Amino acid sequence: MTASAPLLELKQLSTHFVSARGTRVVRAVDEVSLTLRAGETLGIVGESGSGKTTLALSILRLLPTAARIVGGQVLFQGEDLLPKSDTEMRRIRGKRIAMILQDPMASLNPLFTVGDQVAEPMRVHEHIGRGTAWSRAKELLRAVRISAPETRVNEYPHQMSGGMRQRIVGAIAISCEPALLIADEPTTSLDVTIQAQYLQLLRDLQRTHHLALIFITHNLGIVAKMCDRVAVMYAGRLVEAGPVRRIFDAPAHPYTEALLESIPRLADPHQRLTAIEGQPPDLSALPAGCAFAPRCPKVLERCRGEAPPTITIGHEHVARCWLRGAG
Amino acid sequence: MTQAPALLEAANLTKLFPVKRGLFSGPPGMVRAVDGVSFTIRAGQTLGVVGESGCGKTTTAKLVLRLEEPTGGTIQFEGRDLHTLDGRGLRDYRRSVQAVFQDPYASLNPRMRVAGIIAEPLVTNETVAATALTKRVHELLDVVGLPARAADLFPHEFSGGQRQRIAIARALALSPKLVVLDEPVSALDVSIRAQILNLLRDLQEQLALAYLFIAHDLAAVAHMSHTVAVMYLGKIVETGDAELVAKAPRHPYTQALFSAALPSRPPDAGAPQEEIILSGEVPSPLNPPAGCRFHPRCPYVMPRCSQEEPPLLMVDGRLVGCHLYEHGSPAADQSVGAGFRSAGGEAAR
Repeated sequence: MTASAPLLELKQLSTHFVSARGTRVVRAVDEVSLTLRAGETLGIVGESGSGKTTLALSILRLLPTAARIVGGQVLFQGEDLLPKSDTEMRRIRGKRIAMILQDPMASLNPLFTVGDQVAEPMRVHEHIGRGTAWSRAKELLRAVRISAPETRVNEYPHQMSGGMRQRIVGAIAISCEPALLIADEPTTSLDVTIQAQYLQLLRDLQRTHHLALIFITHNLGIVAKMCDRVAVMYAGRLVEAGPVRRIFDAPAHPYTEALLESIPRLADPHQRLTAIEGQPPDLSALPAGCAFAPRCPKVLERCRGEAPPTITIGHEHVARCWLRGAG
Repeated sequence: MTQAPALLEAANLTKLFPVKRGLFSGPPGMVRAVDGVSFTIRAGQTLGVVGESGCGKTTTAKLVLRLEEPTGGTIQFEGRDLHTLDGRGLRDYRRSVQAVFQDPYASLNPRMRVAGIIAEPLVTNETVAATALTKRVHELLDVVGLPARAADLFPHEFSGGQRQRIAIARALALSPKLVVLDEPVSALDVSIRAQILNLLRDLQEQLALAYLFIAHDLAAVAHMSHTVAVMYLGKIVETGDAELVAKAPRHPYTQALFSAALPSRPPDAGAPQEEIILSGEVPSPLNPPAGCRFHPRCPYVMPRCSQEEPPLLMVDGRLVGCHLYEHGSPAADQSVGAGFRSAGGEAAR
């Protein structure tokens, strides 16, 4: 693979949820295109229901049964993941692409020791013996800064704090040295100082293992701190994507702009917040044109009728908005 | 800022929870959830309480709401000690102090219509004619920015932000003087949070409400509050003017907490990152460390920190509980600022 070829490339990926009778279709992910290079960090930002988690699950093909990938391609290291069989996908998950979920208590098995769970991916994917896997598990626990890993390997998840559990999930994720790590709201359940510890740890792991990271979050602060590039989702669509500094300095889409202005800032605490009026839309009954049009402060007549195309604003910076040019 | 009159004054407030142990394992332990905390809420102003989980901020709210009896200390409301109030006085107190909770999916009864939810405090506390009641409900809905037809709907027909508006309308029904806001926006979507924070600020201005605002989002607390109190393991470690504390924190824990707060924009390329990352986790309140409770995680820990508990002293216009500041502030202040960068790097390892 050449250095410039992307590690992961999504091309017009669409995932829909279809009701049992097929009468209601929810376009959870709608024609999303993204690229990610090796070692890079991409933040996917959006509110609940914007499709960010469905997008991540579509990459790993871990969708619930009602969801269907109806179009597009997921190119990972040059090969399309969508036509792969379940067996082939199992060899990729945990080995080449790993994922960290929001709630560490739900992603660890309460009946197995921490050592068993950290060693499991290595035994499954790399077929190494129990003893070797066990000693590598201890090293991994040390790498994620668990103190006294020799005793901790024999303990169970309930004996640990939330921050420690999330670090153990991190150890499992990096155990087979994946090329891509997807973290879905990894610090939402953690306290502020523990969150800072965990973000620092993820950054160190990324550097030492040359990981590409996808950060799924609703928190723009995490994006500002951790990411090289950011993709903003609204109602299943990618509304803006680009380098993180560009997006924060000169957002092109009114939704991104409004989101950035709606968060309180420590540096300027008494400024009035700019609220986004209205509510996020119902995904099964989206408006005809741009989904953000009903809440958009800069709405044009055209926005209500026609969905805007993806428009290139600058280097690697795209936005879906009529304000940025007529199609 | 002009000093508004004190509405509620808590002095040396303490709440211990006994922990049951096994039959033969000795006397029951005590969780010192809130330990000798004093604060003042002024009329029409906001006191923000910040801290991590387990620091006692929700217990403090419950003590103020009289949902828990304090083990020690006093709360005075408009100059009267709550402990001395009889049934009638207590009922008056409860009318003056209302609450909005974190999860609007759990705090509204799913089997009641919105009109019934908002009118309930009025029905239980006052004798109001049915027509006046409907009028009042519509007024309250209007105040929180909901249409009058919302009155006939059920909570499940509303989004999270709208439900929080209903909860706020209910809290305002009795025209309280103080509203306790326990994480009022943490369950809401990002684009909705600003709506609710703006609404709360507008209401404060219109109705001269005082707020006890509890949150773990530091920027939101700094945005909403006139005064803040930073809690750690049941103690206030620093308290004072919100802007002063947020912009130039003095206690090592406050400094670490505000340094761990996420930036509102990406750092400039090449700008030095002054980040303080604490090692370790919050110890159990069942067996808090002796002396200063922060000393096992503190980057400046001195021998006396593990023996003596630091008193709250006035440092640069706010109260700080830390031995570093005991002998005058400016000199200690500079050495702390400089020492932190290196010590922070150390602690991160």
